[in-house]
Formats: sequence, C-alpha cells, structure tokens
Amino acid sequence: GMDAIMLQEKLVERLLCPRVRTARQKEKQYVGFATLPNQVHRKSVKKGFDFTLMVAGESGLGKSTLVNSLFLTDLYKDRKLLNAEERINQTVEIIKHTVDIEEKGVKLKLTIVDTPGFGDAVNNNECWRPITDYIEQQFEQYFRDESGLNRKNIQDNRVHCCLYFIPPFGHGLRPVDVEFMKALHEKVNVVPLIAKSDCLTPNEIKKLKDRVREEIDRFGIKVYQFPECDSDEDEEFKQLDKELKECCPFAVIGSNTVVEARGQRVRGRLYPWGIVEVENQSHCDFVKLRNMLIRSHMHDLKDVTCDVHYENYRAQCIQEMTSKLTQDNRMESPIPILPLATPDVETDRLIKMKDEELARMQEMLNKMQQQIHDGKEQ
Amino acid sequence: MSESIIPPEVRPKPAVPAKPPHVVAPSPTAPHGPQGLGSGHLGGGSTLLGYIGIDTIIEQMRKKTMKAGFDFNIMIVGQSGLGKSTLVNTLFKSQVSRWSSAWGSEFKLPKTVEIKAVSHVIEEGGVKMKLTVIDTPGFGDQINNENCWEPISKYINEQYEKFLKEEVNIARKKRIPDTRVHCCLYFISPTGHSLRQLDIEFMKHLSRMVNIVPVIAKSDTMTPDEKNEFKQRVRKELEVCGIEFYPQKEFDDDMEDKNENDKIREAMPFAVVGSDKEYQVNGKRVLGRKTAWGVIEVENPNHCEFALLRDFLIRTHLQDLKEITHNIHYETYRAKRLNENGGLHPISANDTQESNL
Repeated sequence: GMDAIMLQEKLVERLLCPRVRTARQKEKQYVGFATLPNQVHRKSVKKGFDFTLMVAGESGLGKSTLVNSLFLTDLYKDRKLLNAEERINQTVEIIKHTVDIEEKGVKLKLTIVDTPGFGDAVNNNECWRPITDYIEQQFEQYFRDESGLNRKNIQDNRVHCCLYFIPPFGHGLRPVDVEFMKALHEKVNVVPLIAKSDCLTPNEIKKLKDRVREEIDRFGIKVYQFPECDSDEDEEFKQLDKELKECCPFAVIGSNTVVEARGQRVRGRLYPWGIVEVENQSHCDFVKLRNMLIRSHMHDLKDVTCDVHYENYRAQCIQEMTSKLTQDNRMESPIPILPLATPDVETDRLIKMKDEELARMQEMLNKMQQQIHDGKEQ
Repeated sequence: MSESIIPPEVRPKPAVPAKPPHVVAPSPTAPHGPQGLGSGHLGGGSTLLGYIGIDTIIEQMRKKTMKAGFDFNIMIVGQSGLGKSTLVNTLFKSQVSRWSSAWGSEFKLPKTVEIKAVSHVIEEGGVKMKLTVIDTPGFGDQINNENCWEPISKYINEQYEKFLKEEVNIARKKRIPDTRVHCCLYFISPTGHSLRQLDIEFMKHLSRMVNIVPVIAKSDTMTPDEKNEFKQRVRKELEVCGIEFYPQKEFDDDMEDKNENDKIREAMPFAVVGSDKEYQVNGKRVLGRKTAWGVIEVENPNHCEFALLRDFLIRTHLQDLKEITHNIHYETYRAKRLNENGGLHPISANDTQESNL
C-alpha cells in the first residue's frame, strides 16, 4: 500500500541523481540544499585552499620582489645571489617555497615554484626543459595518486599558474620568450607580465603591450584567457572585466620597501625624480594583477589546470599507453589504472559479485520507475 | 717619480671649446692660451730669459687639427632594447644612430650579429668631427649566443688590418683613413644583481683588443642605493675576471693621469639614461623622460651619470681613446701580424703592391 510506495520513492531519491525530480517531490516544502554552497564554503574554509604559482624569467627582473609584494611575505630574505662566475656552470633549477597564509579565517597554503637560472646562460637552448619536466612530473604524480587505491590524502602539487616575466628593455618578445611560452602554454596557465615597468613611460608601455599582444597572436601562443563574463552580471563588473582584459599583459612593479607618499606609508620605490607607488593604479598594473590572481581568478586558474591542462596530459598519457599496449601486447605501465593486468581470481570473483549486484539494483530501479510512471498516468 | 716636476700652471685635459677661441698673442706673464688636443703639460726646467714663442706650437697644431678635422669611431654593443642608439644620439646631440626612439613595426631582430657602420660629420666651435657609429644588432638576442662576439672581434681586427696595409705601403696616403674602433661602449643590462655571463664572456674576449667602456643602460630602473650596490658588484666581478676596461690602469702615463683616472675608474660603470625628448622643468627645457611620478632629467647628475659619461668620453678623453687605440691596441695587432710571417711584410696573397719593410 502507501508504505511500499513511500519506500520506493525513498529508494528512488537515494539512487537517482539528485537533479532528477519527480513532480511529487517538487510540491514538497523547502528542502534545504540551497545551503549547499555555504556548506561547501564552510568545509573549504576548514580544509583551507592551496595554490601553486610558478614564476619564470631571467634573473634580475624583479620576480622575487613581486612575489613578496603580492603575498606580503618575505620569502627570499636568506637568498644569496650568485655572481657571474659562479653562475657559469649553473643549470636551470626548480626551487619550491611554501608558506601558509591566513586571512579572515581563510587558510591558504601557497607554494611558489622558482626557476633560477632560466635564460641566464650564454647558450639557452631548451632552457625551459627542466621547467616543462617539472610540470609534467606533477601531473604524473597526480595521475598515479588519482588512479591509486587510497585517495584520501592526495597532495595536489600541480602548477596552477605560471607568471612569465618579459623584460621591459626589449622591443617586444624575444626568441627565448616565444619559445618558452610555446613550450608551456599547453601545460600550464601562462600569464605574461612586463617586469620592472617603472623604467617605461606611459607611451612606451602602451607600445610594448600592443606589440607583445600582436606577437602572442602571431606566434600562436595560448596565454591564460579570462573567462567570459556572465550576461547577468552588472554593468560595473562587466566594465572592470573589460578593462582587465585590455590591460594584458600587465605592466608590474614590485617593492620590498615602504616609502612615504602623499602622507601615507606605502610600498614603493624612491627615486630622485619621484616616488613610484606599487599599489597606485596610475603607476602600474600591480593591483590589477593581484586582484586577478588572488581575488577573482584564483579558482578559475585551478579549474582550468584541472579541467584542461591536466585532462590533456591524462588523455595523452592513456593514449600513449594504449598504443604501447597494442604494440607489444603487454602493459608495462607502472600506473595502476585497472587491475586487469594481474589475473587475480579472488578480485575477479568479487568484481563479478558486485557487478551482478549492481545489475540487480538497476533492474529494480527500472521497475520502480516504470511503476511510478504508470501510477502518475492513472 | 721625483724627476718629472709638474709645474703648477698645468691644467687638466681641456674641454672642447664651445665658441671659436680667439688667439691671443701670448705674453710671458699672461696665462697660457687654451692648449691643444694633445697631452697638456709644458715641461718644467730652466727659466727662459725673454720669450721665444715655443709654446705657440701648440696653437699651430690646434689650428691645423681643426682644419683637418678628425675622426672618431665608436662601437655600441649590447642586447636589443637597451637604449644604445638613443644614448649615442643623446651623446652627440644629433641623430647619428640608425634607430630613432619610435620603433616601428618593421623592426626585426636579425638572426646573427650584424655590423652596421654609419658616418656623420658633425661640427662644433669650428671643429669638424667625422663620427662613425658602429652598431651591432643581434648581439645577445638569440637563444644560443655562443661566440656571438666573433663577428665583432673580426670586424675590429679587419680595421687594424686595413690600417696596417696602408701603413706598409710604399706610396702611403698622407692621412691614412682611420676606421679603427676607438671606443666600444658596452651596455650592461640593469638587472640589479650582477653581470650576465654573456657580459663577462664578451669583455674577456675583447678588452685586450679594443677600449671597452661599460655603461649601465636604462639606469632609471634603479634607485640610488640599488645603483651603487650594483656598480660595486659589477666592478668587483670585472676585477675578479681580470677584465680591464678603459681607462686601463696599465696605460696611465703619470701620476696626474693615474689620479684622474682612478677617480673615473671608481665611478664606472656609469649608470646612464638617454633621451631625445625635451620637457619643461622649473622653467628650463631639459632632455628627459616623463613618467607619471616625475621627469627624469638626463643631464641632472642627481638623476643619472650621463653628463659624467659625456664629459669623460667627449670632453676629456676623446683624444686619449684614439691614442691608446693607435699606440697600444693597434701596435699589439701589428706586432702579432709581423711575427706571424716571420718578420716579413704582412701583405696578403692577393695584394700586388710591394712593401718597403
């Protein structure tokens, strides 16, 4: 009677995807899952966020200073700069700094991946190789972890964003800039920046940006694209979004020192001819970069990393492995995607059992759906 | 050295006069007239009774040189975009270098290092100078810059060779056209850290064959403290690598030179800014760069060392640069060449003229 129907309904509810609703459920009172975003939010706040940011570019372009300015840290105070002779045999290194930042109860585990030595040698052929290798290693690590049996504590070390520093001294992109960005644009979100932009006049900045944008287009470099604004956003937001996009590549300045400007103490650089304020939007695009990176697009950067770059890597990996499979007829991959490789009778039996159980449940479900459908029509 | 007594009237190397000087008949009590372009001091020695007029030879030399004019060849080396052309134009207050500050879209990075020499005759105060600016586009701009200095050293040696060939000729020209590089301005990128490996490699290879004057380009990217630290580090690195830039210590003629040059060496490399635009600052028109936070004045010594570089290069050491090139670098090349052929004249195989060596 009624009990049976109610039981069936409960089963349907639990087994079917929550988005599928029957007419009867819609008539019910407020369910309460609208609070889901808040629940997600609360759980995330408890768990904390993580973000991995890579910085790349020749030495002396102010990368460390900018990172310190962005995150109000002093990550490099113990750094020792090598002189030119010491650097003669230096290769490109990968160095990670991790810092935990907490603000208004929200915890961020920030990892900065440095790439000292990039572009500094006389012969810089393929100097991006250690960097692309590193990025791929993180993907591979994640791939293994994701395919493994114990997935409770997967560490996500994938690089979510790579800030690439273009020298302000050139006339546009140099060969090494083009080659680097092309080697990385399909593996990580590349955000090009114009470094040390306080040595350029406003006119020079505009010319350089135009030129860099044109060259990025011409060479087919796929830099990180801001997602399109939702059509239902308000005009002000849309305008800000438009300004942000037109401003790329951002011309930035960083500073480790505090100066007195217009009666306030601000991060800046003191020159004999004036004071440059890092957070003054008429002086540079630092604020725009910070807002984009941290305040509006951090999550999107992570999403694109997971949904696009990582997925591309994964698909490619699987494809390579399957082609290898068909080639030499046995799987040599160490990555445990499916336990098919090892013929284990016990596991097979368990799988078979579960399969059958699933089949039975599916059948039951189909029957119930049919009944409800029929019930409605009566 | 106690035997060379330097008389008190000796003046330091003179500036190029802005207006044509009028020649005054010298009298024994009047101060000596402006000295010529050669090295300045009159020897000390016995007092003369009466006045002979030997010192007028300086003035005669000066007049002749002024009539003949002189040439100066300056080479500029450094990565693209470091403001080399703008600086040279600012130094000589004329458009003597190829690129103007408005780079058009036709700008293309050459695939190898090219050597482009452009000559202009500029005149000031009745003195004519044939200035040749030798640009080296493509230097340090590739991904692989190994041996990118070779076209440059080849060019420098070729000019020495040209001069040598003229010199050993029987029928020599009265004035051998001098295309030898008198000064090589090397532009260091203002990273604020230290020299780049390429900088060291270049200067190591070339400091013994040409006068290298290193400058820190686009120095408006550094605060005064950063500038000083950077300069100190660069000087130290150059010392450690055994690179002697101009003015080289070993060529100081005497104590006077040494003192003067020591001061200069301690201030080098000069941190410069170039500009071909003028702005109004405190009622004056100045060459500068205008930013949102102020105007950088090129000739203001508090802003950058352009004026120091200009004075050093043009107003005091121009002639010395030429002399060192001729007396030392060229002679080194010549000696090497002559020794190569076992003391025989160094005319190459396709040359049909005889030499009088």
